[in-house]
Amino acid sequence: MNVSALELRSIEKSFDQTQVIHGIDLEVKKGEFVVFVGPSGCGKSTLLRMIAGLDEPTAGDLLIEGQRVNNIGAADRGCAMVFQSYALYPHMTVFANMAFGLENARVPRPEIERKVQEAANLLQLDTLLQRKPTQLSGGQRQRVAIGRAIVRNPKIFLFDEPLSNLDAELRVSMRGELRELHQRLSATMIYVTHDQVEAMTMADKIVVLRAGRIEQVGTPQALYDTPDNMFVAGFIGSPRMDFLPAATVLQDAAVRAALPSGAQKVGVRPEHWLRGSAGEGLAISVLGSEYLGAQRLVLGKLSDGTRVEILMEGAAEPRVGEVVHMTPHPQRWHAFDAAGCRINRSQT
Amino acid sequence: MKVLDFLLRTRGRQRLHWTDVLTYVYLFVGLFMMFAPVLWLFASSFKTESAIGQFPPTFLPYSQKTVIVAGHEKPLPLFSVELDGGQQREMAQVSRMGILATMVDVAKPQDTVQVNINQRKPVYELKFAWSNYTDLFGKFTFGTYLWNSVFITVVATLLTLLFNSMAAFALSKYRFKGQKSVFLLIIATLMIPPTIILVPVFLVINQVGLLNNLWGVILPAVATPTGVFLLRQYMLTIPDELIEAARMDHASEWRIYWRIVLPLSAPALAVLAIFSVMWRWNDFLLPLIVLSQSEHFTLQLALNSFQGELNTQWNYLLAMTVITLLPVTLVFAFLQRYITTGIASAGVK
Repeated sequence: MNVSALELRSIEKSFDQTQVIHGIDLEVKKGEFVVFVGPSGCGKSTLLRMIAGLDEPTAGDLLIEGQRVNNIGAADRGCAMVFQSYALYPHMTVFANMAFGLENARVPRPEIERKVQEAANLLQLDTLLQRKPTQLSGGQRQRVAIGRAIVRNPKIFLFDEPLSNLDAELRVSMRGELRELHQRLSATMIYVTHDQVEAMTMADKIVVLRAGRIEQVGTPQALYDTPDNMFVAGFIGSPRMDFLPAATVLQDAAVRAALPSGAQKVGVRPEHWLRGSAGEGLAISVLGSEYLGAQRLVLGKLSDGTRVEILMEGAAEPRVGEVVHMTPHPQRWHAFDAAGCRINRSQT
Repeated sequence: MKVLDFLLRTRGRQRLHWTDVLTYVYLFVGLFMMFAPVLWLFASSFKTESAIGQFPPTFLPYSQKTVIVAGHEKPLPLFSVELDGGQQREMAQVSRMGILATMVDVAKPQDTVQVNINQRKPVYELKFAWSNYTDLFGKFTFGTYLWNSVFITVVATLLTLLFNSMAAFALSKYRFKGQKSVFLLIIATLMIPPTIILVPVFLVINQVGLLNNLWGVILPAVATPTGVFLLRQYMLTIPDELIEAARMDHASEWRIYWRIVLPLSAPALAVLAIFSVMWRWNDFLLPLIVLSQSEHFTLQLALNSFQGELNTQWNYLLAMTVITLLPVTLVFAFLQRYITTGIASAGVK
C-alpha cells in the first residue's frame, strides 16, 4: 500500500504554440487533501483537467495508483470531478443526476438506489431527490454535485473551484463540510482554488503554482513559516507580507545584526511586528488604518517611501502623520536574495 | 385577461397616440390580407357546388331553401313570389319553361300557378354542406392521400431531427480538423435553390429505384442546412462542462448525445420540427416528380389533380384544402407554446 494515489512526472502542456505547464512533478499520497493554489492563469485548472483526463498532457507521465493513465479515457480513470459551475444536468432530477454515472456503469437498479440514498443521507439531500437542479439553492446544488462524485466511489476526487459561486457565509460552512467529508470518506482529494484562505484552511498539502510551474509544495504551516521565495511568501497569508528593501531595514540594529549576506529584501508579515521604543526599530509614518475588531491594520510608510501594513493589537488608534517605531519579530522575518529566493538565516 | 391587455396595449396613456393609430391600421390591414383569404376558404368549403358559382358571391354558405311537397318525389326549391295583387307568398317551383315557372303553394299542392321568373326571388338559408367533407372520406382515395402525406411528414421529420441534431452535436461539441470547412460547406448549400438540383435528385432517386416510393420523397430532404445551423447554434449554448461531467460519469458519446444534449436542445428541436412539418406537408415539387401513380399521391398532389382540365369540383377542392391546412396549423399552435415555455425556462437558468 505504498503506492501513491497520484503521481505526475514532468507533465507539460501546450495549447498550440503556448506552453502553459512547464514540467510538473508531484506525488499525492492516498487519503491526502491536496490543494492547488495560484493566481488565475497559473495552470492549476489545466493540471486538474489533465488528471481528470479531460485534457491530454503534451509530455510527461501521469500515474494513478502506480498505473500509467495517459492513454486511458476520463471515464476509466476512476476520478470524479466537481465542477465550478456544478455542471448538474438541468433536465434531470437530483436522483437522476446522481444515478446517471452508475447507470452508465451498468450498476443494477437496487444498488443504484441504495448508493444514491446513502450519499443523499450523508449530504442531507434525502428530501430533495425528486427536485430539479433549478429548484435548489446554490449550496444544495453544490451538495448534489458532490453527491454525484461520491456515489461512484472514485479513487480520487477532483474539485475545480467548487466554492467560488457561493456567498461568503456558505463558503465558510461548505469548507468545513468538505473537510469533514474528507475525513469520513478518507478519500484522496485534489482541490483547485485561487483563494489562499481556502487553501490554508482545508489542505493537508498545498501546491503553489505560478505560470505553469510549482513554486512550493508543503503543509499550510510550512508555507506560512518557511516560504521558499517571495512569491509564495506574498501569496500565502493575509494580509499580505510586507517586503522591505534590505538597505532600509539596516536602520534596525537587531535586523542588521542578523541579516545574512546577499539579502536584497526582507519580508515581514503584518502580524509579526513588535512595537519598539523611539530610536530603535524602523520609523514608520502612519498613512491610515482599518479597524478590524480585535486588531487594527495600520498602513504606513518607511523613510524610503516603502509602504507597509502592520497589524496592531487593539491599542489606541495611531493618528495619521504620527511616526511609530516598529521592529520585526526577531524569529519571524525572512531574507530574500536578488532572485527572490529565501535565504535560510540559521545557516548564516 | 392578460391576452386582451396585451392586444389592446397603446403607447398613449389617456388617448391614442398617432403611432397607435398607425400601428393598429397597419396590423388590421395585415390581418385582413393574410387571414381573410383563409377565412373565406374555410367558409366556402361549406358551400354546395351551386352556391360557389353563385353571383354575387356570399361570404357564408347560403343556399336556396327547399321544401318537400306532397305529390313530388324530390324536394322543390322555394321562392318568394310577388303575385298580381302585389302580395308576397312563398311558393315552390315544380318546373320551369323559358321565362315562365310553374309554382305550387306548399299548403295547397294541387293548385299550380304560372309565374314570370322576374316576379320571384329565391329564398336563401344558411346551410352547411357537410357532405363536402363526408363525401371526401368515402369518395376517391382520400384516405390513402392523407396517409401518404402523414407518413411522409412524420417519418421525414423524425429523421430530419435525428440526423440534423447528430451533425449539429458533432459540429458544436467536437474539435476536429476541418470542422469549420465542413460547417461552411453545409451552410453554403443554403445558397443552392432546390429547383436547380431537382433533375440530379430525380436521377439519383431513379437510379436507386425509389421512384413511386414514399421513401423517395422522404430521404432526399432529410439533411437540411437550416436544421443543422439552427441546432448547432443552440447546442453551442449548452455548457461544455455538462458534457465533460457526463464523460466523467462514464457516459458513452452516444449516451451524452441522447441523454444530455438532445433533451437540452428541446426548444430548438421543436422549432425545427415545426419547420420540417411545414416543409414536408406543403412540399409539392419533390413529390410531383417522384410520385406519379395516384395511389402514392400526397394531399398536395391530389389537390392538384382535382383541378381538371375541363371541370373542377370546387366544393371538394376547397374542403380538401381546409383539411390540408389543418395539421400544420395544429402542429404550429401546439409546438409554439412549447417553444415559448422552452425560452422561458432557459431564461430562468
